[in-house]
Amino acid sequence: MSDTTKQAPSPADLASMARPRAPHETPAGATVAPVTPVVEVTGAQSLVLSLEAIGADTVFGIPGGAILPAYDPMLDSEKVRHILVRHEQGAGHAAEGYAAATGKVGVCMATSGPGATNLVTPIADAHMDSVPIVAITGQVSSAAIGTDAFQEADIRGITMPITKHNYLVTDPDKIPQAIAEAFHIASTGRPGPVLVDISKDALQGKTTFSWPPRIDLPGYRPVTRPHGKQIREAARLMAAARRPILYVGGGVVRAKASDRLRELVELTQIPVVTTLMARGTVPDSNPLNLGMPGMHGTVAAVTGLQKSDLIIALGARFDDRVTGQLSSFAPDAKVIHADIDPAEISKNRTADVPIVGDVGEVIAELIEQIKANRAHAEEGDARTRSWDYAAWRERVAGWKETFPLGWTDQEGSLSPQYVIERIGALTGPEGTYVAGVGQHQMWAAQFVQYERPNAWINSGGLGTMGFSVPAAMGAKVAEPERTVWAIDGDGCFQMTNQELATCVINNIPIKVAIINNSSLGMVRQWQTLFYNERYSNTDLQPMQQRVPDFVKLADAYGCLGLRAETPEEVDAVIKQALETNDRPVVIDFIVHRDAMVWPMVPAGVSNDMIQAARHEAPVWEREE
Amino acid sequence: MSKHTLSVLVENKPGVLARVAALFSRRGFNIDSLAVGPTELPEISRMTVVVEVEGAALEQVTKQLNKLIEVLKVVELDSTASVQREILLVKVRADAVTRSQVVDTIQLFKAKVVDVSTDAMTIEATGNSDKLRALLDVLEPFGIKELVQSGMVAVGRGPRSITDRSLRSA
Repeated sequence: MSDTTKQAPSPADLASMARPRAPHETPAGATVAPVTPVVEVTGAQSLVLSLEAIGADTVFGIPGGAILPAYDPMLDSEKVRHILVRHEQGAGHAAEGYAAATGKVGVCMATSGPGATNLVTPIADAHMDSVPIVAITGQVSSAAIGTDAFQEADIRGITMPITKHNYLVTDPDKIPQAIAEAFHIASTGRPGPVLVDISKDALQGKTTFSWPPRIDLPGYRPVTRPHGKQIREAARLMAAARRPILYVGGGVVRAKASDRLRELVELTQIPVVTTLMARGTVPDSNPLNLGMPGMHGTVAAVTGLQKSDLIIALGARFDDRVTGQLSSFAPDAKVIHADIDPAEISKNRTADVPIVGDVGEVIAELIEQIKANRAHAEEGDARTRSWDYAAWRERVAGWKETFPLGWTDQEGSLSPQYVIERIGALTGPEGTYVAGVGQHQMWAAQFVQYERPNAWINSGGLGTMGFSVPAAMGAKVAEPERTVWAIDGDGCFQMTNQELATCVINNIPIKVAIINNSSLGMVRQWQTLFYNERYSNTDLQPMQQRVPDFVKLADAYGCLGLRAETPEEVDAVIKQALETNDRPVVIDFIVHRDAMVWPMVPAGVSNDMIQAARHEAPVWEREE
Repeated sequence: MSKHTLSVLVENKPGVLARVAALFSRRGFNIDSLAVGPTELPEISRMTVVVEVEGAALEQVTKQLNKLIEVLKVVELDSTASVQREILLVKVRADAVTRSQVVDTIQLFKAKVVDVSTDAMTIEATGNSDKLRALLDVLEPFGIKELVQSGMVAVGRGPRSITDRSLRSA
């Protein structure tokens, strides 16, 4: 089957012969002298050597027919740790969790056909949330492509709209270049998923390997340096504004620009909202941080945006879950919009000052510009109240104080919000919190206090149920020293919990908190509010018994299984979980099912319609 | 909705047409016509896309096209500052009686007869959309049996070339 012979050097031997060099160190298109000696290998060996050379230390995957040749040299690799998952979707989300925790490119691998199509969900997820991952799939032999061969699927065609770019490689000589370009594209500009589909004959064929290959991407030149004129204009608008607000999105996390952002906040004293994707970029402990905006945002964050006269959007994309009804979103605000992706600017909301560039560089230049302007202004006359937002800050602080996040406990039962708040409090800011999608996700975004970027990982754009367990697994592999919580719902958990086996076998001791309300909680909430409490197909436990019993399930997997049903038990099980690091822990928190996520702006209406709690719309001070 | 002509320079690689066409469909933009062909550089192909959109949407189309890795350059060609051509082949009913009338008519449009049979003839014409529409209007009464038309191709007027600066990456 495979042409690998014992004479061929092992990937580890080869890679140790020379210092690998990151391909992005070379200018695109430039030809450089090979750093590694040219050696005769198979395509499969070339693939593994390429992964080693580029610094991929972990691959999540499952072998199968077409990718089989690649798994042979993988066995010998000392640099690449392959983690055998239980479902390809788990491999994809694990790669995302790995990437989201560290900013490094996550790698997943699958065979052709169903293996590849099982990666579609995580690839789409990574595309929506700009997560740098590279997916490598086997493809049927090039001669069989197009013949409806066994396990053939046109995964390149399928993933065209959900990848940043993708490749079909049928020539073994092209493998290193495809891998180098894939990593380069995935990790630069606006990050995103790149798929490399390699036919079986390309993996089996003879080729030579040398590194680095030539990167040839004439059509790919992300703009990172912002335009000076736009920076000056932005600084001018900021000085003149009376009610400015920083609208911070996930781009700041991806650009690793948190420190600079904090400096900007400190310098300008402008209130901040941190979107679902940006929680932790500015610490929640900073009084200027109003929390999360949007459908389930805080009253202060939603209202702060609505009443602002200037929105400074940094790496955010005016998603419908943030803006609500677009036509009535922040009606009085001018918009400064900085993003690395020009297509995001003025896509939903027209920008008055568009700034294309790396958000870290944008912020750094803004800081310089503001400092220079202020120095200049101090020399001259103090004729304006420029940069004075004291009155606005006071108003915003008033909203924050009057409408804090909270919940009402139900007698004799456990509140999900309390559980999540305790997990955060007992674990602390150095933990990593990975959520699935639904009510528990919103509560985890609201009630864990985030103090650092990358502490919060979730599926924001695509809203992928089942994200949590495998993504937490990936995050834990990337940063084994951190405590990693999967805060999951009982619906989500049942979509991907098979990866607990992967965690146990590979010693990846994540902690899973199942916020178990026996239902598809968010859908149920909508049925309560908008469908006259007709609970169509949202009850996961209609038999009033535990199907399955999550503690027994945890036990069956070799995890520590715990359960808490009353507030008194909560701290004890969390502490026990925190003390258990020799295996994964699953805690089944039995919470009451009628808890709802508040505040809420119903879908499709103006953000002015925010309700702090059910039947509780904020009463505003007289409009000034 | 107004029509805009976009010249899109792309790398000559497999799948690039699918990427561009799929982009239009998934983002909800209507393609009016599409023509693809080689350029003076073997590694570069040129697509001419006529799209029906308004201002802000046109900006989105252009930005989204530019995001495709294999797209090198997108240029909007203004109809007054460019030469725009389509080619048309039309099979018209023409017997011994009407043949000469058809020939007379098409000469006004500088069109050519490229095939003749006893009761039909095939005419080739090039021009912009308006001219070809006018030609078809006058041929209509004779009876159109078959019609095939290319997408529009267009090139800017003057000495400059849009391929100049995208020959290779900087």
